[in-house]
Amino acid sequence: MNNRIQAIIQRYQTDRTRLLDMLWELHHLYGYLPDEALSELADGLNMAVEDVRETSSFYHYFHHRSTGSYTLYLSNTVIARMQGYQEVLDALERETGATLGEMDPSGTFSLYDTPCIGLSDQEPAMLVDEVVFTRLTPEKVSGIISQLKCGRSPEEIANPRALPKADIAYIDQLVGTNICKAGPVFFHKGNDFPELLKNCLDAGPEAVIAAITQAQLRGHGGAGFATGLKWKLCREAPGATKYIICNADEGEPGTFKDRVLLTRSPQAVLMGMVLAASVIGAREGIIYLRQEYIYLKAYLEQQLQLFREQQLLGKNILGRADFNFDIRIQMGAGAYICGDESALIESCEGKRGTPRVKPPYPVEQGYLGMPTCVNNVETLVAVTRVMQEGAEWYQSLGTEDSRGCRLMSVSGDCQRPGVYEIEWGTSLNQLLTLVGAEDPWAVQISGPSGECVAVDKGGERRFGYGDLSCNGSVMIFNRSRDLLGIVKHFMQFFVDESCGICTPCRSGNVDLRNKMERIIAGRGCQQDLDEMVSWGELVRSTSRCGLGGTSPNPILTTLQQFPELYQAKLTEQSGVLLPSFDLEAALQGNERARIELTHHDYIPRELIQDPETEK
Amino acid sequence: MSIQITIDGQPVVTEAGENLVDVAAQNSVYIPTLCYLKGKPCLGTCRVCSVRVNGHFTAACSVPVTEGMQVEVDTAELADMRKALIESLFSEGNHNCPSCEKSGRCELQATGYEVGMVVSRFPYRFPLRPREVAADHIWLERDRCIFCQRCVEFIRDRQTDQKIFAIKGRGTAAQIEVNTELANRMPPEQVREAADICPVGCIIEKGVGFNDPIGRRKFELQSVRERALGEEES
Repeated sequence: MNNRIQAIIQRYQTDRTRLLDMLWELHHLYGYLPDEALSELADGLNMAVEDVRETSSFYHYFHHRSTGSYTLYLSNTVIARMQGYQEVLDALERETGATLGEMDPSGTFSLYDTPCIGLSDQEPAMLVDEVVFTRLTPEKVSGIISQLKCGRSPEEIANPRALPKADIAYIDQLVGTNICKAGPVFFHKGNDFPELLKNCLDAGPEAVIAAITQAQLRGHGGAGFATGLKWKLCREAPGATKYIICNADEGEPGTFKDRVLLTRSPQAVLMGMVLAASVIGAREGIIYLRQEYIYLKAYLEQQLQLFREQQLLGKNILGRADFNFDIRIQMGAGAYICGDESALIESCEGKRGTPRVKPPYPVEQGYLGMPTCVNNVETLVAVTRVMQEGAEWYQSLGTEDSRGCRLMSVSGDCQRPGVYEIEWGTSLNQLLTLVGAEDPWAVQISGPSGECVAVDKGGERRFGYGDLSCNGSVMIFNRSRDLLGIVKHFMQFFVDESCGICTPCRSGNVDLRNKMERIIAGRGCQQDLDEMVSWGELVRSTSRCGLGGTSPNPILTTLQQFPELYQAKLTEQSGVLLPSFDLEAALQGNERARIELTHHDYIPRELIQDPETEK
Repeated sequence: MSIQITIDGQPVVTEAGENLVDVAAQNSVYIPTLCYLKGKPCLGTCRVCSVRVNGHFTAACSVPVTEGMQVEVDTAELADMRKALIESLFSEGNHNCPSCEKSGRCELQATGYEVGMVVSRFPYRFPLRPREVAADHIWLERDRCIFCQRCVEFIRDRQTDQKIFAIKGRGTAAQIEVNTELANRMPPEQVREAADICPVGCIIEKGVGFNDPIGRRKFELQSVRERALGEEES
């Protein structure tokens, strides 16, 4: 038995629910997950190795083949593609000698692309192992790669002054926080958290729930569930113990406001968790941090330590014998679906990030089967602020159906991409003016899962739960942009990120993406558009979770807002064959079968000449 | 606790918390299913049992009934959705019934007949997924797998309780795996259970092929609908 693997298993006390952490440790040890190491881990945990691989193969930052000394992940988003992704990728391939998805012959570099890494305001960006580089240009890439080749580590390149990783200065050196407009709620300074907690504990859990309920605070993750009600349900649910989880798996392409909150208001996030713990009766909390934000981990650990030193975490919080609560950070490993609260819980339990069947809901049976309250980063900060300033103060912000403020991560064609705190009720046009949008044509609200709005039609629509219920992602496109190409990119994203547990999402998104490709290629007809709508409705209606419930939106909302773009691509059907039917390609099958039968031999498809290339 | 719900407008008296698929069946309303197994935890993977509950689309197998629930099953829209989901499974894999060992006892095939499917509306993808033949008594025809998760969840090694079957990869890259060592120590009745629990022709028992003559195969003796509704074999 390998001692190092044994040590890992012992460190986690043979607890298979900590499989994700153990896999990360193995990955750090070997640079990937070798079969033999997985087998040993499986033996130690009394699991079949296939069961371990069931988890490990779900997450795209886990590799099962050896990788280079440095692993490079270039963020592949529609925003990056507007801002030089291709040139940067070309430079990376040229300088490293690795082609995308592969390792270079010398084994130095592995090069991958990856969905949004939460830096849409400073694309193109990439992760090199656990360090991030932003605003990349081919020149900058040359510099980074040549330094790596000379033996400098990514940390040394990105952090030449060797700032401690737990310092905010370290993070500021890596990424910009770009808070373009702060407001009353989210970036408040001069907090007295011990005083606040003392007051809340004195007032009692019912009073805290009452305040949050009166403030009409709703979850900022996207679904907009009433936070006070969630806490109440979790408090009342029977359970030997309870858990509070902070959802910091900010995976929706185009959002980065949680990263900024975790950087600039980390203690307000933690305070929200402590308050939740005091209300629902939790002894343990988890921050589920996406791997893309690994460079925040040391800083957040430091913030946790500061909280412990102030008796805001740990045993006997503020000297109260009955209040013990602490928080650990759970690193994700690359899966958009883990933003779904039940998938996130599965992931915390060391399993695939598959959304659960509901009911039961997490507030009844969540993490390890116990009542669990999952709140978004932004929601937790809002909770802290409500308890500081009072429900009436919060209620005075925003509109009747949407109280308070919300953070917008703005990117794309505008002068000032970054984070904006706006009151609910702000119109799209107002936001576009604020950010200096340049000839805005279409705005993608809430990322791919949201909706695409034509500015000339929907500019006066207002942000709020009743209309533009934005999850924080705002991507602006001007008239020069290829909107259909963007839609296809979004559909590919959903194909890649579907967990595959249910039929409509796993299979339907592939059909939708293929249809989109057909339309763009100019081989679609009206029937294809009609089928896209009906298949999109099928996926939206019958999928298990919100991923499939929203994945057809890029197509459905652009079809509705920009029908002319689709119409311009359509082909008239002439004769009996659909325009998408390629007769020559179809007859190739016959030719292939004939050759195979003649030679009693299998001939790979690519060896049979393509009539298209012949011409 | 006794409660009342309505199914397609008909009042139905039942017990709170019962599974909607079962409640419907007890009242002679057939809801097609593929992943659901009565008495086992809901898997909710195939979505072929999609219905409307209080106006919202949902998978019936995931619904414990509650007082006053209004359920729609038999509408043209819902019937077409369920049919579309079955068609989607046919186009996603390679389901060539005439050459399949499971033909006649395949739940996907039987349910396809039941919902009136003739051909898939979705383009056939003809995936190439390598078959897995390493185990002594079982092999996997992976291009027939519909990822229902029945084998993954319900077939366990009897000594260690370890999973014998597992999914590798996610989304379109997913494929079913089997642990050869554990598979080789499955007793014969567990091998049969695994092959039977598979609703398609993915898990196949070695040495057992087209054993039942046409006309005497499982779903020819009693249709999938009759079996679901618990009707006596005529």
